[in-house]
Amino acid sequence: MATGGDITAGQAGLWETHHHHDTISTRTFGFWLYMLSDAMIFAGLFAAYVVLDHGYNAAGGPMGAALVHPGSAYAQTLAVFTSVLAYGGVMVALKRGSRGGVLAGLLVAAALGAVFLGLEVHDFIALFQAGIVPQRSGYLSAFFALVMTHGIHMAFGLIWMLTMFFQVAAQGFTDKTVYRLLNLKVFWHFQAVIWVLVFTFVYMRGVL
Amino acid sequence: MVNVQGPWSPLLGRLSLGAIPNNPIILGAFIFSAVLGVLLVGYVTYADKWGVLWREWFTTVDHKKIGVMYIVIGLVMLFRGFIDALMMRTQQMLADGPHSPGFLGAAHGYLVPYHFDQIYSAHGTIMILFAATPILVGLMNVIVPIQIGARDMAFPYLNAVGLWLTAVGAALIMISLFLGDFSHAGWVGLTPLTELAYSPGVGTDYWMWAIQISSVGTTLGAANLIATIVKMRAPGMTWSKLPIFTWTALSTNIIALTSFPVLAVALGLLGVDRYFGTHFFTAGLGGNLMLYSDLFWIWGHPEVYFVILPAFGMMSEIIPTFAEKALFGYVTMVAASFAIAGVSWSVWLHHFFTMGAGPRVNTFFSIATMVVGIPTGVKVFNWAFTIFRGRSRFETPMMWAIGALFMLLLGGLTGMMLAMPPINYSVHNSVFVVAHFHTMLMVVVYGIMGAVSYWFPKVFGFKLNERLGKRFFWYFTAGTIMVFIPMYTSGFMGMTRRLDYLANPALMPFEVAEEVGIGLYLISIVYFVLQLYVSIRDRVANRVGADAWGTGRTLEWLTPSPVPFYNFALTPRVHARDELVWRREQGLEGAALPGYEDILLPRNTPVPLLIGALALALGFGLVWRIWWLTDVSLLAIVLTVIARSFVQDTDMVVKASEVEKIEQRLRARGAGAASAEGGRGVEILRPSASRP
Repeated sequence: MATGGDITAGQAGLWETHHHHDTISTRTFGFWLYMLSDAMIFAGLFAAYVVLDHGYNAAGGPMGAALVHPGSAYAQTLAVFTSVLAYGGVMVALKRGSRGGVLAGLLVAAALGAVFLGLEVHDFIALFQAGIVPQRSGYLSAFFALVMTHGIHMAFGLIWMLTMFFQVAAQGFTDKTVYRLLNLKVFWHFQAVIWVLVFTFVYMRGVL
Repeated sequence: MVNVQGPWSPLLGRLSLGAIPNNPIILGAFIFSAVLGVLLVGYVTYADKWGVLWREWFTTVDHKKIGVMYIVIGLVMLFRGFIDALMMRTQQMLADGPHSPGFLGAAHGYLVPYHFDQIYSAHGTIMILFAATPILVGLMNVIVPIQIGARDMAFPYLNAVGLWLTAVGAALIMISLFLGDFSHAGWVGLTPLTELAYSPGVGTDYWMWAIQISSVGTTLGAANLIATIVKMRAPGMTWSKLPIFTWTALSTNIIALTSFPVLAVALGLLGVDRYFGTHFFTAGLGGNLMLYSDLFWIWGHPEVYFVILPAFGMMSEIIPTFAEKALFGYVTMVAASFAIAGVSWSVWLHHFFTMGAGPRVNTFFSIATMVVGIPTGVKVFNWAFTIFRGRSRFETPMMWAIGALFMLLLGGLTGMMLAMPPINYSVHNSVFVVAHFHTMLMVVVYGIMGAVSYWFPKVFGFKLNERLGKRFFWYFTAGTIMVFIPMYTSGFMGMTRRLDYLANPALMPFEVAEEVGIGLYLISIVYFVLQLYVSIRDRVANRVGADAWGTGRTLEWLTPSPVPFYNFALTPRVHARDELVWRREQGLEGAALPGYEDILLPRNTPVPLLIGALALALGFGLVWRIWWLTDVSLLAIVLTVIARSFVQDTDMVVKASEVEKIEQRLRARGAGAASAEGGRGVEILRPSASRP
């Protein structure tokens, strides 16, 4: 809170001079709110998935065990977790004020995120070649919609990381770049959390 | 991509000359809009106002101007939605019984069924999403930051993006009138009717993308308002001192932030069905139609409270001001707002009790729906006790607020009836339901009209004409009664909704009465426009000081009217819930500012408008399946956002000397207004504004 400035006698405490808001705290709080709305999108998609995860929604097509491979999904899990760990390195470097550390961490995190996406695309191509496509049944529509929405979020995170790489390289640590790095942290961790839920509800439950 | 019926070309997608409707009614609407548009453009060019429009409005990031533009969009769409209502009423009056005449190619009445279906779909979509929502978002945008003593929103740039995305949605709906058609599946877009197999045209796509794009704006706006309220309050404004309208804005935006994404999912899944051929809501291959209804109403019911809570907040501001008494039961009012917001999430199934979810599920949702009556009842009593032993002055805003109270009683009690599944089964899908939810939405309209006349002088510096405002109120109220009381009655008699032809001629007297009611509405609109015209013409005589009504209670009445672009020259320190009353009682109301300081504000930018234009291209391309256009505009949006993020110099400094000049000019003007009204006996309540 700002303190009262040069206020004349008689009107003590009626007005504040030089009252400023903490930009970084406001912007990061606002981004948490945005993530709440993103969480609701996934909540809706998970609800749709659970509703459509029944034999009659598969319309004679394949269900969980026929299309999910926990092994390959486990590799994806490792990729996304190490990527989050690398982003943790970005935060440590930011605290130290090390621009090089932040840039290196961003590159590593982005590379591991790209590995995750590569594995997912590889999986999907194999499924498509086997005739397992979203148009086949209500169940498969829900499966692909859920996993792909997460994948699109990951891709968006990659674009953001590359943008931040060039921005930090060009502008260093300003209010704007700092709160964007903090927001990206929230975003990236959130995608990892969603992946844990996808892994549990789609991949592990699918093979049961 | 799914193959669609009819011709398609890579350059224009499904668009061809055949998309222009060949219908005398639409031609008339087109001529009307075109003449109005040409007149507007002509006037702006003649008066040489393009530069001003561009600099002061189109590129602005000022929350007040953005709010005013939201309200203008909402009022224009309100008029469009009203014309739809007028057409539906006229059709139902004409098409009663087998012997009723037919015109313009219709067997009965003057609208063919497919056209009638589009009109009621457009009416619902427009009134909820492009009239009520933008006007309320606009009012919150204008008032909340001033009420909490902030100089701007938490995200001023994002605020402008939200505005332009809302404008894109409204524009898409207007384009659908003259190019292609609109959805014929009701504003709720029932599946599988909205699936490609049953709605092969572009109408459903217009409906879907208009809502989808504007909802992105609403969601961003909600995050922005919550962050503003939590982070930007003036020093001393603890939660227990937060003005009640701001409290309702907070609760309502929590609803918006959490519910609009679910709508995005419902429409998004419908979209992939329509564009990629998936099977979420199709009638075969494992689709589930009920899933759509659930997802839609999980948003839809919270949305109902999203529109009504700000109206409650407006009533809670207007009634204490004109009863000259503090709001009764502030704490219970806040608790009731949040109780309503919370319960809003557990009542959605009452929109389809008859779907067959079973007695246990229906019981749960029936009880949850009745529970809403408790916090709402608390509010009604609080308002009644605020008026009790107050000194009520019946100026226009107060009339609207009290009108809203009566609408709430009528709508609330019929709502309790509908909450009971046994009653609901017999009146489901009847016009009784239509009359019920229109009465509830009338609470919103009355609240909005009250709020517009209440805060108009704050934003523009002069009052609206009282005499014409009261005529507007009375004609509007007479119209409401004449339209909706017969509608309740005919609903009880078994008239179902969305009928382009009434088989039973005995219903005709009710339809005629409703037509009279819609005529009264039409007269009221004339008075509204006249009121605006006369008030703007006589603006110099109607100028007001900082505290326009003389008995304002909250912070927004502390700063000059019209509010300068920086809101407060110095940030006020807050001492009481009704800060202005506290200052008045301490004799501090007229206290001069101790000095001026430099103010840091965000600089205007055309980028949000550019993003809006690109989003319009994206939406248009999606509707007509012009893939090059969608790809280019989506890529351009992403690149624009990235490029903008590299701009560092987004703020400007307003010099203390300039602030001083503006303040002195506004306060001198306000002082003149105050003394002009001195003879009417309210001067003691004025800001002793004579401070030079």
